[in-house]
Amino acid sequence: MAQSKQKIIVVGNGMVGHKFIESLVTHEDASQYSITTFSEEPRLAYDRVQLSAYFSGSTVDDLMLTTPSYYDEHGVRYLVNEKVIGIDKDAKTITTSSGLVEPYDTLILATGSFPFVPPIPGKDQDHCLVYRTIEDLEAITASAAESEVGVVVGGGLLGLECANALHNLKLTSHVVEFAPQLMAVQIDEGGGALLRQKIEALGVSVHTGKNTSEIVAGTERRYRMNFADGSHLETDMIVFSAGIRPQDALAREFNLTLGERGGIVINDHCQTSDPSIYAIGECALWDNKIYGLVAPGYSMAKAAVAHITGGDVTFQGADMSTKLKLMGVDVGSIGDTHARTEGALTYTYFNQPEGVYKRLVVSSDQQTLLGAVLIGDTSDYGTLLPMMLEKMPLPEQPEVLILPAVEGADNALGVAALPDSAQVCSCHDVSKGDIAAAVADGACDVASLKSCTKAGTGCGGCVTMMGQVLNSELEKMGVEVNDHLCEHFAYSRQELFDIIRTKQIKTFADLIDQYGSGMGCMTCKPAVGSMLATYWNEYVLSDKHIHLQDTNDIFLANMQKDGTYSVVPRIAAGEITPQGLITLGEIGKKYDLYTKITGGQRIDFFGAQLHELPLIWQELTEAGFETGHAYGKSLRTVKSCVGSTWCRYGMLDSVSMAVLLEMRYKGLRSPHKLKMAVSGCTRECAEAQGKDIGVIATDKGWNLYVCGNGGMKPRHADLFATDLDDATLLQYIDRILMFYCRTADRLQRTSTWMDNMEGGLAYLKSVVIDDKLNIGEDLEADMARVIDTYECEWKKTLQSPERLKRFAHFINSDATDDSLAYEPDRGQNKARIASKSMAPPTDAERIPVTIAK
Amino acid sequence: MLAETQIQTDWETVCQLDDITPFTGVCALVGEIHIAIFRVSDDKLYAIQNYCPFGQASILSRGIVGTVGERIVVASPLYKQQYDLATGECLEDPETTLTTYAVRVHDGSVQILN
Ligand SMILES: Cc1cc2nc3c(=O)[nH]c(=O)nc-3n(C[C@H](O)[C@H](O)[C@H](O)COP(=O)(O)OP(=O)(O)OC[C@H]3O[C@@H](n4cnc5c(N)ncnc54)[C@H](O)[C@@H]3O)c2cc1C
Ligand code: SF4
Repeated sequence: MAQSKQKIIVVGNGMVGHKFIESLVTHEDASQYSITTFSEEPRLAYDRVQLSAYFSGSTVDDLMLTTPSYYDEHGVRYLVNEKVIGIDKDAKTITTSSGLVEPYDTLILATGSFPFVPPIPGKDQDHCLVYRTIEDLEAITASAAESEVGVVVGGGLLGLECANALHNLKLTSHVVEFAPQLMAVQIDEGGGALLRQKIEALGVSVHTGKNTSEIVAGTERRYRMNFADGSHLETDMIVFSAGIRPQDALAREFNLTLGERGGIVINDHCQTSDPSIYAIGECALWDNKIYGLVAPGYSMAKAAVAHITGGDVTFQGADMSTKLKLMGVDVGSIGDTHARTEGALTYTYFNQPEGVYKRLVVSSDQQTLLGAVLIGDTSDYGTLLPMMLEKMPLPEQPEVLILPAVEGADNALGVAALPDSAQVCSCHDVSKGDIAAAVADGACDVASLKSCTKAGTGCGGCVTMMGQVLNSELEKMGVEVNDHLCEHFAYSRQELFDIIRTKQIKTFADLIDQYGSGMGCMTCKPAVGSMLATYWNEYVLSDKHIHLQDTNDIFLANMQKDGTYSVVPRIAAGEITPQGLITLGEIGKKYDLYTKITGGQRIDFFGAQLHELPLIWQELTEAGFETGHAYGKSLRTVKSCVGSTWCRYGMLDSVSMAVLLEMRYKGLRSPHKLKMAVSGCTRECAEAQGKDIGVIATDKGWNLYVCGNGGMKPRHADLFATDLDDATLLQYIDRILMFYCRTADRLQRTSTWMDNMEGGLAYLKSVVIDDKLNIGEDLEADMARVIDTYECEWKKTLQSPERLKRFAHFINSDATDDSLAYEPDRGQNKARIASKSMAPPTDAERIPVTIAK
Repeated sequence: MLAETQIQTDWETVCQLDDITPFTGVCALVGEIHIAIFRVSDDKLYAIQNYCPFGQASILSRGIVGTVGERIVVASPLYKQQYDLATGECLEDPETTLTTYAVRVHDGSVQILN
């Protein structure tokens, strides 16, 4: 008889509760447990760390960490809007707010924490809010709509994040802090002072050393905050962000041991004073410490899962160092930032003109690093953190670690010096050794490391370091670390693109003569052909370019498994007249072509023989159709929903925008194929967030998403910018696409391009929106040339009898390929050849090693 | 006399050199056989069977011509196996060798030895 399953109840479905569940259901013994989770909030776990992104356009769906279907699939029972209010430790049951009583064998408390609101008279009025849940953010948004001035009480990490949100909501914003400086917990006084300067420069007023004594009705604004020093400040709304308190109410009421100042006491296995009850995350107190960050919570979740399943991982505390960007200001805080360790010595570097402050705290014998503060430039964070954690010996002159690199001097300690135990990704606890192992197993670019180790997929702060570890490991393994296109060119694709652009090279022959060797091959020829086409946009079948074209491009059609071709005319945005459909139907019938509607909202004809292509295209062109470039590594389709012209929900005319985009970018040859989509509202019927470029209408304009992908490795697109007008939307897309064409690797989709990009989305934004590289106009000009020189390749081909000669199976006979034969299936032709085992990917299909510089 | 006639009938003209764009191929029908003829640089020609045993289709003349080390190869447009144009050997699977044919340019005509 099957043993009955062990019942596990998880109270709280926040970040850590979910992590626990996820780790348990993916454990090899998962089948022995039945899990139920209760959430007081109206939804399952979401990414609280990214909460502020909600203000910049992310939707609730974007923030979700899991879905009901994931839980269903793994047999996890979940009840939302259901608070647990009682525990009977003897009977081993819990009671919920709706009166449900549920038995447990093991109880997990993952109740998180709640915002601390100082006991100030007047704190409970309307427009006095907190910042922790999605509902809190909705309340803040609603309040901001009726306010002009906003105050955040608390100048810590969250407070500053919140002030930024108010600032972006166009309120005159203030931060009121009790301590004499900002971020007093994480950084020292000098760092705090520079941070303050930078934040004030952005237009947020900072008031330190202010103790609010009461909140009363204001004279000019809704409220007046009176401070203990006699001064005051008027405001319309107030958000309290004065720290968090562990949510330990259940433990308090039902007699689990608590710490003096709250928090549920746990041991190294995360067990509370009752061995069947565990506490994890921000509600737990370990070694008298509460951890207000998500990474330690995740480690606790793992330790609890290990203890329950008989594993041996324990919780051993966690480092609280952080690196973040606050209102565009880089801030890094490592270890003992205040030099509180006995005898600690400090080094400080302060570059006022550039706004950079760095401080090192070292042991009295100057042998080890104890802590560091970095403001304005956190590039050293990745090197300093492991030095502190691993107690690595300091260089002779520790100050070189923070001094700017001076020509000739090499002060960076390479990652090669780090021990395997050094943590690289703190969000997912991935060590240098884990990454090295993944590299040894064949992961050879940052994107694949991300997918197999999860490193770099949390806050993303460690991606640069991942790249460094990757390179050093590859070098160790004797892999030649180069990003050369192939044996014929000792340059990367990006370098070759720059050469073509700056040396104005127009043919493969000139390029290989001057910068390469040999004759070229199936790797470099199509790659160079594509770059020349992107930059010069010349006819790809001309004598000088034709030999560069791959299987499909060379006959402007897609070769199918039996050597016949498929034909796809452009149907921009999927919009077609009934007459157009009739014409297509007639052509399909006349040439006996298997006909199918594609995923990109167009019509695909299969089974055309080489000699038939010009005949078919002659008819298509006469009927007004253009080539659909289905054969090219180029823009395929811009999918659209019907949008505001017909749909009851449509915000803007998504079809017109999709037609505009498709007609603008058609013919653009790119490193890989490009797909776009435009949806008329957030219901997203066009699935734009799974496309390279996705556009979604809102009531204020267009939201632009980038680098999504469906297909083999789906990637949800990143929100790039919100509420754009038509002109800005096109400007951004021009720049993004051209930047992609210039910098991506061969056959790299935008999704992997983004995953491998140092600095990621923020970097792309800085290039495109802030024009940090000062190439914006250039990129636009390059795109304008492509748009201006567009010609339909089929139309041009039909005009050239010379070219048409190639479209015959035999050069010396009118006979056709007699090896072709079809069998009817569901009323249409089907290619005859039985399915064969596919050849393994060849070098040409593999993506080259990408080198992080 | 007899010997000369013999030579003339053995070389079959399939097209003019100008019909083949440098660095590309064409397919010729010689008897019942599909032969891929490639023009590499201005006047160097190679001929191999057009049928790709991996792709099971008559398509090799439509592949990209290039070099791997010193060897001149064509890549199958279907699954990208590469064949040495001089010997017919498949680089990915040396067990597989395609038939090669003698080819020449004679008075501007491309001829295959039948
Ligand atoms: C704006 C913001 C920014 C942040 N930024 C960062 C950052 O950059 N880096 C970082 O590491 N951390 C950050 N944090 C902190 C991080 O979000 C927390 O450490 C993490 O969410 C803690 O996870 P948890 O599961 O312990 O608690 P939570 O995520 O709060 O989940 C607890 C859940 O339990 C529910 N609950 C409580 N009591 C009950 C009950 N009795 N019955 C049923 N359900 C109950 C709660 O409603 C809640 O949904 C940030 C937090 C905020 C608010
Ligand atoms: S995305 Fe919105 S506008 Fe477009 S069809 Fe769907 S509901 Fe209508």
